[in-house]
Amino acid sequence: MLPLEGQRSGDSRKRGGPFMTRVAVLRLSVIAAGFALLELLCRTGIIPAFTFPPPSSIVVSALNILASGRYASDMQVTLGNVAASIASAMIVGIVVAIVVHALPAVRRVLEPLFGTYYAIPMFAFYPLLIVLFGLGNLPQVAIGFLLGVMAVVINTLNGLDRVPHVFDKVAHVLRLDPTAAAWRIRLPYASPYVFTGFKLAVAYSFVGVIGAEFITSSKGVGYQIAFAYNNFDNNTMYALIALVLTIVIAVNMMLHAWERRLLARRQR
Amino acid sequence: MTGAEGGDAHVVLSAITRVYEGRPLDLALARGEFFAVVGPSGCGKSTLLDVIAGLARPTSGTVVFEGARVEGRVPDGVGVVFQEDASFPWLTVHDNIAFGLKYTSVAADEALARVDYAIAFMGLTDFRTAYPAQLSGGMRQRVCIARTLVQKPRLILLDEPFGALDQQTRLLMGDELLRLWRETGATVFLITHALDEAAMLSDRIGVMSARPGRFLEIMETHWPRTRDSTIVGNDDFGRLTSRLWTQLRGESIRALGHAGAVGVNQ
Amino acid sequence: MKWRDPLLLIVVLLLLWQALYFFAGDIALSSPLATMRRLAQMLGDPRFVPHVLETLSAFLQAFVLAVLLGLAIGIALGAHRLTGEVAEPILVALYSIPKVTLYPIILLIFGIGMPAKVAFGTIQGVVPVALFTMNAIRNVNPVFNRTARVQNLSSIAWVRDVLVPATLPEIVTGIRVGFSLALIGTLLGEMFGAQRGLGFLLMQAMSLHNMPNIMAVTLLLVLFAAIVNTALLGIDRRLRRRSGAA
Repeated sequence: MLPLEGQRSGDSRKRGGPFMTRVAVLRLSVIAAGFALLELLCRTGIIPAFTFPPPSSIVVSALNILASGRYASDMQVTLGNVAASIASAMIVGIVVAIVVHALPAVRRVLEPLFGTYYAIPMFAFYPLLIVLFGLGNLPQVAIGFLLGVMAVVINTLNGLDRVPHVFDKVAHVLRLDPTAAAWRIRLPYASPYVFTGFKLAVAYSFVGVIGAEFITSSKGVGYQIAFAYNNFDNNTMYALIALVLTIVIAVNMMLHAWERRLLARRQR
Repeated sequence: MTGAEGGDAHVVLSAITRVYEGRPLDLALARGEFFAVVGPSGCGKSTLLDVIAGLARPTSGTVVFEGARVEGRVPDGVGVVFQEDASFPWLTVHDNIAFGLKYTSVAADEALARVDYAIAFMGLTDFRTAYPAQLSGGMRQRVCIARTLVQKPRLILLDEPFGALDQQTRLLMGDELLRLWRETGATVFLITHALDEAAMLSDRIGVMSARPGRFLEIMETHWPRTRDSTIVGNDDFGRLTSRLWTQLRGESIRALGHAGAVGVNQ
Repeated sequence: MKWRDPLLLIVVLLLLWQALYFFAGDIALSSPLATMRRLAQMLGDPRFVPHVLETLSAFLQAFVLAVLLGLAIGIALGAHRLTGEVAEPILVALYSIPKVTLYPIILLIFGIGMPAKVAFGTIQGVVPVALFTMNAIRNVNPVFNRTARVQNLSSIAWVRDVLVPATLPEIVTGIRVGFSLALIGTLLGEMFGAQRGLGFLLMQAMSLHNMPNIMAVTLLLVLFAAIVNTALLGIDRRLRRRSGAA
């Protein structure tokens, strides 16, 4: 779970040029060395194969699983639920932020909730949601939504706060009604902040949906990992864990690249 | 082009007050005239512009534009350019300018033609697909002016539009503005703190006092309509600027002294 | 006046809960009053209290470990520019992956019991503390350090009078986030694989469809998290106001 607002210092990016690639090369070498060390420890039996199989064999079984398509339907369920939870968090989060931004009195009352929301262990509500919604997809989507929505609200509000006053005047001069002003001017201006909220909603949705599948569910990758664990099927378990983490990291990196492209247009 | 109470008054301000501005203010702008307001900082120049535009309501008094009262919304035919960079950073130059027509009933092909014209007129042809972040401050202000231009405004209000630009750019932008004024035949109301800018551009200059703001004097420049920035070498230009400064010096000191006193007290 | 808005918020939330109860009925929910009564009753029950203490103990150990480890990692990465730049994206990636998928591995290593629970909490809580600490140190205004050098401060004086005051607000924020995540981590671990603790009780109540118990335990957790977070947020804001970074 990420900090609410972009904490990055950004120096590695600004510097650019050869230094940047040097850092990237170093980073890749560090990661590769880590895997090599792990492989060595596993192959020499210092880490027992039952606790942790060598990374290379995890990769092989992960590729086998992908080729066999054995867990394709579980992947689909999980990714579908993640997508549903991201979409709902974005739509509700943005609308709530626009409304709350327009009503300062309501916002003042809600302010303590914004500060406390992420301290609340949201998974504690999962049993409640299961009893309420049954064992379908809804409880998992709901947990992902609950985790993601507040990040969207808080970051969108933060962005809307930064819209310069002159843009409100421009909206008046161009004779936009309040809804058009919100959607066509304020929200686009705030979009880098909304994007931060979006990135968090994506991360939280994965955490929420997979976490929920882990605890109790009847399908999904999280469920299959837990199932493999309970059946001492370590090969499958590690392969699925590797797949899930690869997907999540790949998605996060894609979002990061997309964000940089969007920001490049707006920064000198 | 003395305007005032004449028959062809385009904009008429009657007995305007805002809470903190003392005496009621009257002003009539003739159709097609270039009127500039100078005054010390904080005298309420920008508020006056907001009132004319319908962006702010006066405490009392009325603004009439083309025979209709301006109340709470910006009337059709009025364009405003602000000092702050108001170009939309998420849109290209072309889309920024086209945005000015998005919420009007102008037909699509007509809108495109007007956007193309405004882009060419403001010298932005090479930058139509650029984003504002890639442009200089002066170029971005051209984008904002072009966005206003496509609406074919009959009254253009400018709130220190070149305030954030360097001196050379300001003079050149002044020429652009004169060209635009001649081309469109619009009435122009310009707020500025630069005396030379007011002296070079306007038909009439309203000199405002320190708060509470009111017009100390309204000077006529008698410049020909075809003027440009080369008149800064003119003797009349020097005399005009120095007369403006004589009027404003005391007011500026008052404004400064006032601010200074506040600073000491805090 | 200061308490008016939070109180109003609590009243609104209680009213919403009550309204939901009227709408959904006894089978789906228990009312606020009934939940509080059940919670009071449970807290007086000698069979319940050990579960609370178990979770509390696991969480506190995880939290302390997360803070200590996080500070150590953050200081190490913050002190050396290149190391920090190499490590930052890795830390951020670690931050946004669902670490819950690693739980089976932890159980394989530690087996079910207290050490596994502490590990669950620690792996969730350590990353934000490390990340915030690293950024706090990296973002110390260089002018402060130059001033310190001009004044010939000793290293101890530099740490005490420049580094700590300059980085503390940011680090406290990291600790606050780490607190929340360590609690979530511990609880998730108990829900996934444990035989004791509040997370275990929640799962047990769920399988028995015992709504009053689910809601009472959830309420207890929410109250605990909200109260501690409010206190930490208070410290956080006071430090930030003092250092002028709102």
